[in-house]
Amino acid sequence: MNRLAWFLIFALAAPGVLASGGEGGLMLSAHNDVGNISSLQRGARNFVNYCLGCHSAKFVRYNRVARDLGITESDLAENLMWTAEKPHETMQVAMPAADSTRWFGRVPPDMSLIARSRGVDWLYTYLKSFYVDEGATFGSNNIVLPGLTMPNVLWQLEGTKEAIVEETVDHDGNKHDTIVGFRALTAGTMSEEEFDHFVTDLVNFLDYMGEPMQLKRQSLGIRVIAYLLVFFLLALALKKEFWKDVH
Amino acid sequence: MAQVGVIDRLSQSLKSIGYWVDVRFPIGKMWREHMAEYYAPKNFNFWYYFGSLALVVLVLQIVTGIFLTMNYKPSAADAFASVEYIMRDVPWGWLIRYMHAVGASFFFITVYLHMFRGLMYGSYRRPRELVWILGMFIYLALMAEAFMGYLLPWGQMSYWGAQVIVSLFGAIPVIGDGLSEWIRGDYYISDITLNRFFSFHVIAVPLILLALVVMHILALHEVGSLNPDGVEIKKKKGPDGIPLDGIPFHPYYTVKDIVGVAVFAMAFCAIVFFAPEFFGMFLEHANFEPADPLKTPDHIAPVWYFTPFYAILRAIPNKLGGVVLMGMAIVMLFLLPWLDRSPVRSIRYKGLIFKIALTIFAISFVMLGYLGLQPATPTFVMFARVCTFLYFGFFIFMPFYSRWDKTKPVPDRVTFHHE
Repeated sequence: MNRLAWFLIFALAAPGVLASGGEGGLMLSAHNDVGNISSLQRGARNFVNYCLGCHSAKFVRYNRVARDLGITESDLAENLMWTAEKPHETMQVAMPAADSTRWFGRVPPDMSLIARSRGVDWLYTYLKSFYVDEGATFGSNNIVLPGLTMPNVLWQLEGTKEAIVEETVDHDGNKHDTIVGFRALTAGTMSEEEFDHFVTDLVNFLDYMGEPMQLKRQSLGIRVIAYLLVFFLLALALKKEFWKDVH
Repeated sequence: MAQVGVIDRLSQSLKSIGYWVDVRFPIGKMWREHMAEYYAPKNFNFWYYFGSLALVVLVLQIVTGIFLTMNYKPSAADAFASVEYIMRDVPWGWLIRYMHAVGASFFFITVYLHMFRGLMYGSYRRPRELVWILGMFIYLALMAEAFMGYLLPWGQMSYWGAQVIVSLFGAIPVIGDGLSEWIRGDYYISDITLNRFFSFHVIAVPLILLALVVMHILALHEVGSLNPDGVEIKKKKGPDGIPLDGIPFHPYYTVKDIVGVAVFAMAFCAIVFFAPEFFGMFLEHANFEPADPLKTPDHIAPVWYFTPFYAILRAIPNKLGGVVLMGMAIVMLFLLPWLDRSPVRSIRYKGLIFKIALTIFAISFVMLGYLGLQPATPTFVMFARVCTFLYFGFFIFMPFYSRWDKTKPVPDRVTFHHE
């Protein structure tokens, strides 16, 4: 996606997002696919490298991730298991809660179920909506989570961007400063498209973590319903046979 | 030849065991009274599946509940994590949990359709008033069961939903605050509340529910089932004393209800396997966040099956008034057998006024359900007031319109067309 297209998307999406106070407004669509195992593997890598320093995923076991994502135990130990000794441990953070409360005002939320509570579209929009704001605690702000206390940890990859603010008038005639789009400030190490893939993979992994059994659930569901269909036909034939003598 | 001898001897000994039990326990008598020689009208239609389906869901909830209880921890510190443990680490735990959660919603779907059947065909009319009232008590017990069960996952919506509902008792004058404190066992929803709700959810209310279901069926079998024509089949009996339009429940309705169970199971499994959250309706998104007593969610809404009553509550600007009206919405249903003064029972022979009234009632109930899910904006509250009026109007004006309504003549026998 080129910069202009990206700008246009935000020009359309941002006012809606802001108008609704960041909840339930217009969202970008994540378009992630939890069936894409290589995307999940890249997402796992992105997660342990960029998120797990602060955000735990305390219900997610390393060996479960390895098993579901087709990662060998040795690859797991070398590339993903930064915060654990044994593969069956869950994804914890090393940062003491007292420190994170001192630094960020709160313990960073656990990521195990974030895709289920926030939704993948929200996460995708969130990760792409950081902008430079000198007034913010960590120098950047976010459209869908204004006043957040999380630094823009992906800025080196994405580069930095600033918000384009325009004055708008609402139905009651009150004036508001509204973010209508973004303008790039500095370039990151990734192209627009590379960064988009990075975020999509990450969101995909978060989606998988929220409900690791979701793929198996659907393939099992097809078989269960196919069985029930056969059962239904047999039951119907039985009923018709018995009801022949009801006049 | 030797094999035949073995089978003969086996069936002989089974018969003697059966006989031995039968002289000591009325198993054969019960089977005949409630299954093989319980004569049900032969003209049951689609709407008559939901009674047996509600029973199937009850069994499903009890069985899945037993397995959930094996791994669930009823404490504020562990509850949320234990549910995730069930979802991730317990073999097939996710399936059991989804079946239980989706089962709760399906319980209400079947019960609401079962009740609507009663409204349509006048199943509550004399002499079936007690069948209806026992059914209403089942509905109340079911609401208590669902409400207390919803606290157990200890998510944000569990917590704040319980907070809102329990605080409603606080609206009662004089004793209100003491009462809600007594229900919670604490000044706020806490570990203590969770523990007692768990106790009620897994044993106290299910026992009451089972007893009520047995009474509901016993009362029904005492007076006999009504049917879409609203005709008493017992009035026309053959020389053998069997109603001419009656057929033995077993095997005819057992084989028929199995077809219903198969269709129901397909719909149920479609949701369990493909949309267990049902777009945030069966499992709310906010409930995947652990309960936080210090953080009130922006938007608190009960699960869909309570929202019609929640909308009535919010439609009234006064809290006590809202609580009273919400209670009255249930009381009205209890009074139904005495509000309906129509000379006929079934909608088939009732006139246009009843048909319109029932349609408006059904639409207003669904509308209230929708409005209860939405934020209470002035427009929505205004709609909720209109729907509340229509909801109550159905009952309050029933003694009048049911008498004025022009009815059609009721046939002597049921109408039955062989497929």
